[in-house]
Amino acid sequence: MLGMSANSVSYNDQGSVESGVDAVQESIPTTTNLGLFGAEFKNYIQTLESLLVLMPVSKMNGTIAGLRSDAVGAMRSALVSAENLQLTLKTDLSSEDRALTNKHSCGSQEKLNKGNDDLKEMLESNKESLKLDAMRRVVELIAKGKNASHLFPAVVKNVASKNIELKKLVYVYLVRYAEEQQDLALLSISTFQRALKEPNQLIRASALRVLSSIRVPIIVPIMMLAIKEAATDLSPYVRKTAAHAIQKLYSTTLGLLLEKRLVAGSVVMAFEEVCPDRIDLIHKNYRKLCNLLVDVEEWGQVVIIHMLTRYARTQFVSPWRDDAQFDENNEKAFYDSEEEKRKDQSISYIMDPDHRLLLRNTKPLLQSRNTAVVMAVAQLYWHLAPKHEVSIVTKSLVRLLRSHREVQYIVLQNIATMSIQRKGMFEPFMKSFYVRSTDATHIKTLKLEILTNLANEANISTILREFQTYVKSQDKAFAAATIQAIGRCATDISEVTDSCLNGLVLLLSNRDETVVAESVVVIKKLLQTQPSQHSDIIKHMAKLFDNITVPMARASILWLMGEYCENVPKIAPDVLRKMAKNFTSEEDIVKLQTVNLAAKLYLTNSKQTKLLTQYILNLGKYDQNYDIRDRTRFIRQLIVPNEKSGALSKYARRILMASKPAPVLQSAFKDRDRFQLGTLSHTLNATATGYLELSDWPAVAPDQSVRNVEVVEPVKETGALALGKSKPAKSEKKFYSDSEQEEGSNSEDSSSSSSSEESGSESESEEDSQESKKSSSQSENSSSDSSDSDKKKKTQRNKKLQQQKSASNDRKQKNGSAVKVDTKSGSESGSESSLSENSSESGSGSEPDSDSDSGTDQKTKAKHKPVKSKPVSKVDQKKEVSLLDLDDFSPAPLTTPKRSILSPSLLSDLQGLSIATSGSALQASSPVFVPETSHELLHRMTGKGLSAQYRFTRQPCIYGNNMVSLQLTLSNSSDQALENIHISERSSTGQDIHRFNTIDVFSISPERLEPQASVTVSMGADFNDSTQAANFQLCTKEDEFSVSIQPAVGELLLPVTMSEPDFTKEQSKLVGMNESSATISMAPDNVSSQSINRKVVSVANLGVLTSDQDTIHRFAGKTVSSGSLVLVSVTLRDSDALVTINTEKTVIASMLLRQLKTALTNSAT
Amino acid sequence: MIHSLFLINNVGDLFLEKHWKSVISRSVCDYFFEAREKAVEPENVPPVIHTPHHYLINIYREKIFFVSVIQTEVPPLFVIEFLHQVAETFQDYFGECSETTINDNVVIVYELLEEMLDNGFPLATESNILKELIRPPTTLRSMVNTITGISNIGQTLPAGQLSSIPWRRAGVKYSNNEAYFDVVEEIDAILDKSGSTVFAEIQGGIDACVKLSGMPDLTLSFMNPRLLDDVSFHPCVRYKRWESEKVISFIPPDGNFQLMSYHVSAQNLVAIPVYVKQNISFFESGPSGRLDITVGPKQTMGKTVECVVVTIHMPKVVLSANLNATQGTYNYDPVTKVLMWDIGKLNPQKLPNLKGSLSLQSGAPKPEEIPNLNIDLKIQQLAISGLKVNQLEMFGEKYKPFKGVKYVTKAGKFQVRM
Repeated sequence: MLGMSANSVSYNDQGSVESGVDAVQESIPTTTNLGLFGAEFKNYIQTLESLLVLMPVSKMNGTIAGLRSDAVGAMRSALVSAENLQLTLKTDLSSEDRALTNKHSCGSQEKLNKGNDDLKEMLESNKESLKLDAMRRVVELIAKGKNASHLFPAVVKNVASKNIELKKLVYVYLVRYAEEQQDLALLSISTFQRALKEPNQLIRASALRVLSSIRVPIIVPIMMLAIKEAATDLSPYVRKTAAHAIQKLYSTTLGLLLEKRLVAGSVVMAFEEVCPDRIDLIHKNYRKLCNLLVDVEEWGQVVIIHMLTRYARTQFVSPWRDDAQFDENNEKAFYDSEEEKRKDQSISYIMDPDHRLLLRNTKPLLQSRNTAVVMAVAQLYWHLAPKHEVSIVTKSLVRLLRSHREVQYIVLQNIATMSIQRKGMFEPFMKSFYVRSTDATHIKTLKLEILTNLANEANISTILREFQTYVKSQDKAFAAATIQAIGRCATDISEVTDSCLNGLVLLLSNRDETVVAESVVVIKKLLQTQPSQHSDIIKHMAKLFDNITVPMARASILWLMGEYCENVPKIAPDVLRKMAKNFTSEEDIVKLQTVNLAAKLYLTNSKQTKLLTQYILNLGKYDQNYDIRDRTRFIRQLIVPNEKSGALSKYARRILMASKPAPVLQSAFKDRDRFQLGTLSHTLNATATGYLELSDWPAVAPDQSVRNVEVVEPVKETGALALGKSKPAKSEKKFYSDSEQEEGSNSEDSSSSSSSEESGSESESEEDSQESKKSSSQSENSSSDSSDSDKKKKTQRNKKLQQQKSASNDRKQKNGSAVKVDTKSGSESGSESSLSENSSESGSGSEPDSDSDSGTDQKTKAKHKPVKSKPVSKVDQKKEVSLLDLDDFSPAPLTTPKRSILSPSLLSDLQGLSIATSGSALQASSPVFVPETSHELLHRMTGKGLSAQYRFTRQPCIYGNNMVSLQLTLSNSSDQALENIHISERSSTGQDIHRFNTIDVFSISPERLEPQASVTVSMGADFNDSTQAANFQLCTKEDEFSVSIQPAVGELLLPVTMSEPDFTKEQSKLVGMNESSATISMAPDNVSSQSINRKVVSVANLGVLTSDQDTIHRFAGKTVSSGSLVLVSVTLRDSDALVTINTEKTVIASMLLRQLKTALTNSAT
Repeated sequence: MIHSLFLINNVGDLFLEKHWKSVISRSVCDYFFEAREKAVEPENVPPVIHTPHHYLINIYREKIFFVSVIQTEVPPLFVIEFLHQVAETFQDYFGECSETTINDNVVIVYELLEEMLDNGFPLATESNILKELIRPPTTLRSMVNTITGISNIGQTLPAGQLSSIPWRRAGVKYSNNEAYFDVVEEIDAILDKSGSTVFAEIQGGIDACVKLSGMPDLTLSFMNPRLLDDVSFHPCVRYKRWESEKVISFIPPDGNFQLMSYHVSAQNLVAIPVYVKQNISFFESGPSGRLDITVGPKQTMGKTVECVVVTIHMPKVVLSANLNATQGTYNYDPVTKVLMWDIGKLNPQKLPNLKGSLSLQSGAPKPEEIPNLNIDLKIQQLAISGLKVNQLEMFGEKYKPFKGVKYVTKAGKFQVRM
């Protein structure tokens, strides 16, 4: 119909409309002329236009699919030749360079630099030759490693040049600098697009090559279009380039896609499908993947973990050697001197921090509900972790046994393989493998397999008792398997061989045939190990022979008879006689053994058996089975001496009666570990299609710097985030650190009553949201500010981070282990390095949860602290303990049970993140030491029964960034409940005190503090960086008590982590007025670095810097309220020490100095 | 990864097939049938079957075999876990996962499978997301749909899909905000003939039914978290908080889900709530046997033991049972050879007893083995491990939810050997 109307409209134009496309093209200009039919015509055009748009798309879709498959195939094959090509290209270039250098050989560096000014003019000139000259020089600059990026605009203009050589040089330049100058590079894109249509195939190809080499994410779609076009190019050369471009495109997009954790799993999946052996694509994304892992959806986790397992096996050295030494070294390194550390380093194994990162980040996934994830982690640990760490997966694997039948099957298979190599791993869980009568048969046999693997001298009696019940099972196949298992136990553990044998002999009288048959077979194998003493058993079996019908069992008995016929000289011929009688009706396997028996008897006892043997041999000669005929013929020639076979028959006895080695009974899972655990191939015990073998550990670790991700200019956002990361560690921490004891409220039926009180929750959440709004807007501003103006600074900082990281890595290595550093509270390098690692590695992982790692690290550290610091605050410790005694539910009396107060919603997580970005670049760290001292706030006499104590938690405050966090313990020693405890709004001296959150107090003890109960709440106070006391009222329902908190100067600080060069740099800025120092004579027992550290951090909440020099100790912190730096350094000179404090806050400096002096001069601890 | 899926019922009829890549002929299932034949019992079918060109990974659930066809290497658990999730999703959508319900809802099943797997790789398996994409059938909705012609497929991409909390759907609204938690503990035990414990452990789980509006952020704490030895969590649980504080902090999915499962540390002695005195004997002479079972409460912490059921898988030769139960009813199925005695509540004053004779197949030898007893029981308002929930707090929303915790102890794999 449309076509009709189109005709009717356009008949004016005389041109007949052949096709819709033509119609549009022709009729577009005429639309304006058509008054009458305008509207209708426009509609028509629109339809056609959309058609036009659609057409290439649908065509493209077709080509995409085709292209993809073609290209992937081509990609691999073309790889080699492409490299050759590039090589030739490079040689061309270098020869060019050489020519250039020859030409400019006189040109010194200075001259080159000077000459740069005219380069621009030359490039912008009209003369081709000048341009070419300039470009050559530019390339020379690049080759020499000089920065030529400022010429970018001038160079880019020349991309459109007709001169091929010039063009090529420009291309070279572009590939080098496009990443840094994205905006400008985009200007040249259109030229490339034009160049892709050039008639010259070389230009087309090189344009495509350069286009795809510009690793600018924005041009990905253009690249895709270009590749699609090029893939259908007539020139094979261009098509080849297209294939390569796909790879480049792939690696660009891989990085791009991994930004989002939602996508990560699928990307890796695609990677595994398309190019699983392109390990090099992973390098840059390795750390990102590791850090994202926890947040990726379950299915993605499985794929990523499997891929990372393979990756790790190619990139890291084996952690398996020298395990013992490794441990030992670990301990030593902390205490020994520097030189020894170095020595040790050379011989001991040090785990690559990336390797450790992988292990650490996969560990939490053992708690996944998805069994496939748990199994994937388990196999990762099995294949990658040091031997002594593998056992952490045990518990989780055993847990999976509760799952569905099919899951059990796979898990048990893997456990079976593991248990062969590492009995100890599963031995404590032996009982979990006990068989139930309701299990499916294959589950039963697997459990049996594992039990057998686990058997040792200590537990064999338990296992055998268990086996006895299994033998009686109704499931005959399982009973038979049990007998096999008993046999294996008997051979493995010599102590029980006899009792096992006796047990098995008893089973011979079992009514069930399969049981008996299996027993016979097993006994036969067992007897071979020690034949001499067991003639009784053989006789017993001979008696049973008539009743046994299972061929295998009969054959076994016959073989035994023959083998040990000398031990049972009377019975053996009789058995042979019986066999001769019904030889023809036996199974093949029995017949063969009969022939064997006959032969052996003939040799040992020819008098009695000669005729019988001949009879049997004759029967065998005409048997239907050719095996038996063969055997018979062979035996006859061997044993019956005749003229033909003289030589061999002499040795007949030796041949037949040779002592045979006992068979080794071994597990079917013996060498299953050649397959990667958890794979289909492992389950099938055969290589499945597409199975990728796990490579052996490399002898020497490949360059680990390939995984370093340079923070490049264009991705400022991520760079900024990476910076911001340093802080979340801190802000994250506040969820954990502020503690609140709620033991007082242990209501018996809390199950149902827990729901009761939620009264104040509204006010809290409101506050929260306000706060978050404020801070988020703040952070928005500041982040945008900083990203605009501080570009350079940021990159510098990033670089510094990188350095710091590597520095900390070095330090780690010195310490001899990257493993335990974090947990050892003594070594500060741990926290620092983990922090900086996180900040630089987790790059763009902007997910709120992913950064929490370091938070907990510190948390654990913080937890360790109080224990360690006991001697320092001995007196107060007692008080604390007695306080805690009130709460009988406290799980660990020394570490106060901690519970967060702030809603840890994702929103606030994010908020923490953004606040962090707005903050200074200083890396806040966790407090090195948290004093347990609590101070009296309100005595119970003055408080009419209400007593209050406070202590400084030294954590960032959750109520505000510039508040000092306090922990308030309220206890009621009166005989009546106190209601409605709060802090009055009126705060006198300008200090801003955040009243403790009523919600949390009262949600625990409903509106009231019961008699003899106590409760711990947190509060924050902004002291404005002064030691003036904060006065406020503590109110109950009836009373008001004026109280005041006077902070020690050291509590007004928060610790900061910085590198040593940073420290000195900052210190040099804070001289003159801002520096105060004093020389003190040290108490003799204070001169060790540890005691100095302890002294200083107990006085002030400062972060400790690790230093290479033994004589200088550096500490860094910042004031809570204004955030100004406080740098403390203690320089030792013999028995004297110079204490220097650099800070803008001179008052704080002098007070701090005084306190440090007293602390360091006093020897008493 | 997963190439195709075939659903096969108990009898061996293939009633549904779905392909994600190229179509694979259903004749591939012949290998499966072969294995099925060989295994006799459906439970004994090996989960992984190797055929010349494919690998068949199957699960058996609700009398249906879910057979998936694999062509290349893949972690088998990956597939098994996925198949179980498919089965669970069906159960979630249709109330039960059976051949009839699947056949009744073939279209929805197909839509679901299409959403759950893309080119063989799992796409959306989170029930909350699926329900936003494809609405579960209800009587009302199916009526409305037939009248209005509106499909039950969601128009927009579920918000959760892209957010950092993919398990929760956006814009949840309830007039009654409630959160219920069931602490369910199961005792796995093997007792020997004399009644002593060969092996016992407690496995627990917390099932939650959370119907809260908006984006609530919940924190669940225990009185005695140190009881828990090994735990696994729903992805919504913040693992770090558990590590550091032993509290469970999470933004819950909407509706029913299992929050966590745990294992009570093996050091704690497991209280066995019942004891069994049993005597089953078969006589050589005369085709008969005698059976005498008494069940009594042991350590029940003052709670009544309910729903006690004793199941015995008799030897093949037992033809019938002529018994007398002082309490409850018994039933002997001569086909499956299962004797089931449904006792109900245990009365400590008057212990239930089952006594009588068994008649055996004449001529057959007396059975060698003595069957095992499987016991099922339930104790309300008790978590046998002693685990107690301390409190549940909610952040992030302003309303006051109604909260409740229920404790149940059940027998898991509770077996008495004879």
